Amino acid sequence: MSNSLLACGHTACAGCGQALAARMVIDTAGKNTMVVNNTGCLEVFSTKFPESAWEIPWMHSLFENCAAVASGVEAGLKYLGKKDNINVIAQAGDGGTADIGLQALSGMLERGHDILYVCYDNEAYMNTGVQRSGLTPFDTNTTTSPIGAGSTGNIRPKKPMPEIAVAHGIPYVATASASLPQDIQRKVKKALSIKGPKYMQIHVPCPLGWRHESSMTLEVGKLAVETGLYPLIEYENGVLAQVRKIQPKPVEEYLKVQGRFKHLLNNPEEIRKIQAIADNNIAKYGLKA
Amino acid sequence: MKEFIEGSHAIAEIVKLCRPGVISAYPITPQTHIVEDLAQIVADGKLKAEFVNVESEHSAASVVLGASATGVRSYTATSSQGLFLMAEVVFNIAGMRLPVVMTCANRAISAPINIWNDQQDSISLRDAGWIQFYAEDVQEAVDFHVLAYRIAEDAGMMLPVMVCMDGFILTHGIETVDIPDQATVDKFLPSYKALYKLDVDNPMTLGPLVDPDSYLETRYALHKTHEKALEFIPKVFADFGKAFGRNYNGLVEGYQLEDAERVIVAMGSVCGTIKDTIDQLRSKGKKVGLLKITTFRPFPAQAVCEALKNAKKVAIVDKSVSLGSFAPIAAEVKAAFCGKKKAPKVISSFVLGLGGRDITRESIKEIFRLLTAKELNGDFIDLKPELLKESYEQ
Repeated sequence: MSNSLLACGHTACAGCGQALAARMVIDTAGKNTMVVNNTGCLEVFSTKFPESAWEIPWMHSLFENCAAVASGVEAGLKYLGKKDNINVIAQAGDGGTADIGLQALSGMLERGHDILYVCYDNEAYMNTGVQRSGLTPFDTNTTTSPIGAGSTGNIRPKKPMPEIAVAHGIPYVATASASLPQDIQRKVKKALSIKGPKYMQIHVPCPLGWRHESSMTLEVGKLAVETGLYPLIEYENGVLAQVRKIQPKPVEEYLKVQGRFKHLLNNPEEIRKIQAIADNNIAKYGLKA
Repeated sequence: MKEFIEGSHAIAEIVKLCRPGVISAYPITPQTHIVEDLAQIVADGKLKAEFVNVESEHSAASVVLGASATGVRSYTATSSQGLFLMAEVVFNIAGMRLPVVMTCANRAISAPINIWNDQQDSISLRDAGWIQFYAEDVQEAVDFHVLAYRIAEDAGMMLPVMVCMDGFILTHGIETVDIPDQATVDKFLPSYKALYKLDVDNPMTLGPLVDPDSYLETRYALHKTHEKALEFIPKVFADFGKAFGRNYNGLVEGYQLEDAERVIVAMGSVCGTIKDTIDQLRSKGKKVGLLKITTFRPFPAQAVCEALKNAKKVAIVDKSVSLGSFAPIAAEVKAAFCGKKKAPKVISSFVLGLGGRDITRESIKEIFRLLTAKELNGDFIDLKPELLKESYEQ
């Protein structure tokens, strides 16, 4: 760990999936990498002045603009003739990607910048205290999609960010999970071997927001994949090139280990709706082994 | 070389001569001709630069922020709503001490939508931490861009600079302009050597989280640098005079000021009209003068007080408003005289020319007429009473 380019000693919560995934991404990318970060947990827990956990050039500007700032970094490196030797990674949480940062991301993808964009998807605004985002799953209990007499939580399913990225005609789109580090490594290597814009979305369990035990991070993340609720897929040049096959488990196994879904456990009707989302993913991407 | 040239084309030419490595912009009237020209200049291979067409002004500002952080000279231009969409990035660029230069083709702000000139856009961002120059004519606008980069990139400054020029009046007006040659610009403006930058051989964290233990000091440092800029700007303008043969004071400029009893204070292209009017009135023996403010940020309070110390009556002309308060330039000038023993007896404030309403010599004469012993606060000039009857007074 001491050799990591995201050094230990940062202030992430115990069991933070984002910290695990980010370390994996950065260490795979290596020293010749520049990172541009949106506002969010990762920025807050790794850069509190006068300390920084980043052993590589790292920059933060605002909440919604890392794709555009990274575009500028890439343009600057191109001008200097240094782009071929340096990876540019833009990274943000799900809110900074699917909501407020979507326009800048779309611009970056459409313009064809040679940048790997990584969305660390913990499925809500965790940095501000667990409010819903466009990537919050259906029926999730968050502080702005609370459960109540007339509500079973978030009313809409996740925004299909990977498909939105694919629709831009970019060469590589992948999803991954913090629970499967070798898979992240392989996908980052692959992404960085391809010129042009790449989009990667990594599912990162958040013990605080998901209300699971800190020690359960890897387990919870794996269950999301194994139930079909978080399909691990790769698109190359617009074509679904690879999926991680699963022996599908019932969604209840994933829901019951998290406080954010606790309200559903005696509500078979709602669980059926969530099972339908998983089943749809399984059929759509051919996940079944 | 002297050319009879549209203002926007002249700006594109001078930006080319400043050799930015990254240019990013989003189209907005009346800035468009500047960036269209630059796109063509890059397309023609006349400038080696990355031209990044973005999906919004927010991203245009973000791109030049990122590019500047790699140590590359960067340029953008905008107007009005575009500047407002950039606003949080504009603050960020200054806070991160990135020496970006931006042209603001001044234009009114919605609603109601209006594409014509006033200065509400850049005035509204006066507290963002950027140096702001206001050009009276195209020649000044051209020269200020070279000065802007030289000042912005100085190791003792590291402040972004906004060159403000009145939309249409200057951007689309055609004037005879002296466009300097590349060698003279290169000599005055050496290539940019960043104090700090993104560099894989020397990793650095830019834009960290700063808590209450340190934030106050970052703003203090920015503020102190602005104070230092008040001394630095005139020095660079003096160097410019030696290199280019055009001499500007840099902070303020007096016109017929020495014995003037009634003085107008103004910024930007309206100063030309005011000078013409003063010539007319002087020929009739009226002791009138002008104090033009070139640098609005940092505000040259001392220079303003010194220049106006013998004036009896001062009229401040604003092409923007601070709704519900004193007009912006008026507020600054009045504040500058606060507690001073030697101050003009009357400081009246006038608002005119909003949304492109033509400012004529008659408008200026009206201001001199209204500049009596009675102090006026933010009187609007050239209002149409018939329109007011239909709306506000109903």
